[in-house]
Amino acid sequence: MSVKDYIRERFFPHIWCAGCGHGIVLNNLLRAVGGLGMSKNEIVMVSGIGCSSRISGYVDFHTLHTLHGRALAFATGVKLSKPELNVIVPMGDGDALAIGGNHFIHAARRNIAMTAIVMNNRIYGMTGGQYSPLSGPGKLATTAPYRNIDQDFDIVKLAKAAGATFVARTTTYHIQQMADILRQAILHDGFSVVEILSQCPTYFGRRNKLGNAADMMKFFKDNTTPIGSKAKKENPELTERGIFVQNDLPEYCAEYDKIIKKAGGSC
Amino acid sequence: MGSQVKFIQGNEVCVEAALYAGLDFFAGYPITPSTEIAEHLAYRLPQAGGKFIQMEDEIASMCAIIGASLTGQKVLTATSGPGFSLMQEALGYAVMAEIPCVIVNVQRGGPSTGIPTHISQGDVNQARWGTHGDHAIIALTASNHQDVFAMTVEAFNMAETYRTPVVLLFDEVVGHMREKLILPQTNEIPLVKRLKTSVDGGVDYHPYLAREDGRLPMSDFGGVHRYNVTGLYHDMWGFPSDNPKIVHGLLRHLVDKIESNADTIARYKEHYLEDAKKVLISYGASARSALHVVNTLRQKGQKYGLLELQTLWPFPHQVIRDRCNGAEHIIVVEMNLGQICREVKNAVDHPDRVFLANRVDGVFINPSDIRQTLRLIQGRGV
Amino acid sequence: MERTRLVFSGSGGQGVITAAIILAEAAVLHEGLIAVQTQAYGAAARGGATRSEVIISDEQINYPKVTQPNILVCLTQESYNIFSGIIRPGGLLITDKRYVKVKQKVDAVQHEMPIYETVMEKIGKPIVLNICMLGTLLGLTGIVKPESIFKVLETRIPESFLEMNQNALKLGLQISQP
Repeated sequence: MSVKDYIRERFFPHIWCAGCGHGIVLNNLLRAVGGLGMSKNEIVMVSGIGCSSRISGYVDFHTLHTLHGRALAFATGVKLSKPELNVIVPMGDGDALAIGGNHFIHAARRNIAMTAIVMNNRIYGMTGGQYSPLSGPGKLATTAPYRNIDQDFDIVKLAKAAGATFVARTTTYHIQQMADILRQAILHDGFSVVEILSQCPTYFGRRNKLGNAADMMKFFKDNTTPIGSKAKKENPELTERGIFVQNDLPEYCAEYDKIIKKAGGSC
Repeated sequence: MGSQVKFIQGNEVCVEAALYAGLDFFAGYPITPSTEIAEHLAYRLPQAGGKFIQMEDEIASMCAIIGASLTGQKVLTATSGPGFSLMQEALGYAVMAEIPCVIVNVQRGGPSTGIPTHISQGDVNQARWGTHGDHAIIALTASNHQDVFAMTVEAFNMAETYRTPVVLLFDEVVGHMREKLILPQTNEIPLVKRLKTSVDGGVDYHPYLAREDGRLPMSDFGGVHRYNVTGLYHDMWGFPSDNPKIVHGLLRHLVDKIESNADTIARYKEHYLEDAKKVLISYGASARSALHVVNTLRQKGQKYGLLELQTLWPFPHQVIRDRCNGAEHIIVVEMNLGQICREVKNAVDHPDRVFLANRVDGVFINPSDIRQTLRLIQGRGV
Repeated sequence: MERTRLVFSGSGGQGVITAAIILAEAAVLHEGLIAVQTQAYGAAARGGATRSEVIISDEQINYPKVTQPNILVCLTQESYNIFSGIIRPGGLLITDKRYVKVKQKVDAVQHEMPIYETVMEKIGKPIVLNICMLGTLLGLTGIVKPESIFKVLETRIPESFLEMNQNALKLGLQISQP
């Protein structure tokens, strides 16, 4: 099936700015899903609030556009009540890790099977360019006019520590890798986290003088490297890309089915 | 199977009733004085093939039940004051996206962490206006175990009928007290099933296009209709819209579907009202003390009556007007600073005849508290 | 029957709440009576002076709390000090002989019963103190039939502890008979 079979054309054009990385994520997510041969009726996309969360409106799945930060909590209800559904949860960095940080770590801890995609553009775009927990120190934002003093999270380390059983990172430049990782993440039977570095030329790029969208993507190309590469050894400043964690541990819904058996109920 | 008699706590009655109503899914977070509901459901729900999950907080609990409701399940969460505050955000979402769900608030003293193990009825207005924006809500309450059972089943039925969150406002005394419950037989109380769409797969289904009767047939997530659900103002496909006509039409629909059915939703009990000169109005545990007083005064030949409200929202203005018409005094008995009293004053022709008998110190209002207020109203001193 | 209002008091862990539930449940399930049970919550439920209240009647009970009990049981000195003043004049006050020193004159029929002593001497496990107390209460008042309590014990007490609890109830009944 082509990517077009998975979108709701009626609701285009989308709301994203020219040069935004989120459209690239949408495209590769649909390519990944397309390769899996799943029925669209089996897929639920749950999103929160922010630029990234609008992705759910454009795809022809069951879609639930929820509250800021709460996507994973809603998704937990969907998944646990109907485990046969495949649940994909695209989120922004502020959405997933500031207001939604608690839901993020607990969903990871439970190892409930769903795919959490963090589209990390290091800024609050929808509200006009305030610093996020991923902006990092020294960056400029409308709420950091004297430069940001907040340290940032490392999403991969955070997800790992919280117990996610699939953890990966890629960028909007590395589209083949992105589609491949997303495919594996969706197939993973457990909580999977995929961080995708995405560009916001409108707010993060412009304010921090990082150039246009192409310049920002080139930055992803030049400053990231495959996990454990020779380049990383030579230059520890580089950000690693690839699959960091891929574990097979008891999945939450399957474990709950055992509880029902133990209690003498029938699913 | 003969009728089953149980001697249990009110919170446990709520659990039995939810299971009777066909509860499939519960998400919650422990908080006094509602915790027994979660504890009993953790044990009972999987026995019935349902799912229980203890979430990371009340925000997540409310969100999770909305997600589960969309897959076609009957859902419940239970909490108390501070947790109810945290739920307000997602409760508003359930109003906007028209998600059937039931929220129990076993009230305790507030504001803030307040007085966890003591009784209050201070969340009456929070149930009505706790979430932001204009909206309508259904809130029910009960004063004894048989009614806790009935109102809990009603809550599930109304949630399905009106596609809306329904709040059950219980209180610490009713929640923790043990008394007799006669478990209704299967089929004794009618249950409302979810109204599902009859539109076939492949045909354009409009999840947010109301039928002529105002009801919106649903389609389960995972079914043949894929549609969007959002907390934003939305069109008939559930897609976000800021078209003024759509915004206005949706808000009116959300409010009217409940307010215009206020008479149908109104549940109440009448005690000695036929010839009552003085009418007490009460609800929840307070109504027990009020009834005690009315019984005693009737034995002395005094024409007192009690109107016990079980539907608090939408406020049954018409019922109040009808039953209080011509009453010399109307005394509202509640454990707050007059949240229902204010509504009663708005409902009646002579608000100067409405008085408040209350207690707000964490102690359950007792008959002598009420009698004292009655003496004061009559100018007889304490 | 007369409406009976009871308060059981003691320290957290002595089982006064369980005793109250068992009594009220016996009245409702096995004697066709009306009963309501309430209790103090919070810190008291985990130590300190704790109380549980039961009203038993053959008519509807609206106000469920007990402000002035006809029957008050105090298993500790602290609970006696706090609660002995609330008893209805002419009521029945049962105290544990070993734990409670009756200090003041209370307008009530006072029974200082060797509940703890008997339990320790005959059973050796303080955990059934509350059931022995119930037996004593039943023997002194006849508020419900012992068989009704035995029936509740069968459903509420795990099998391995049932006999011990049954014996405790019997002991209580015995010591209440002079």
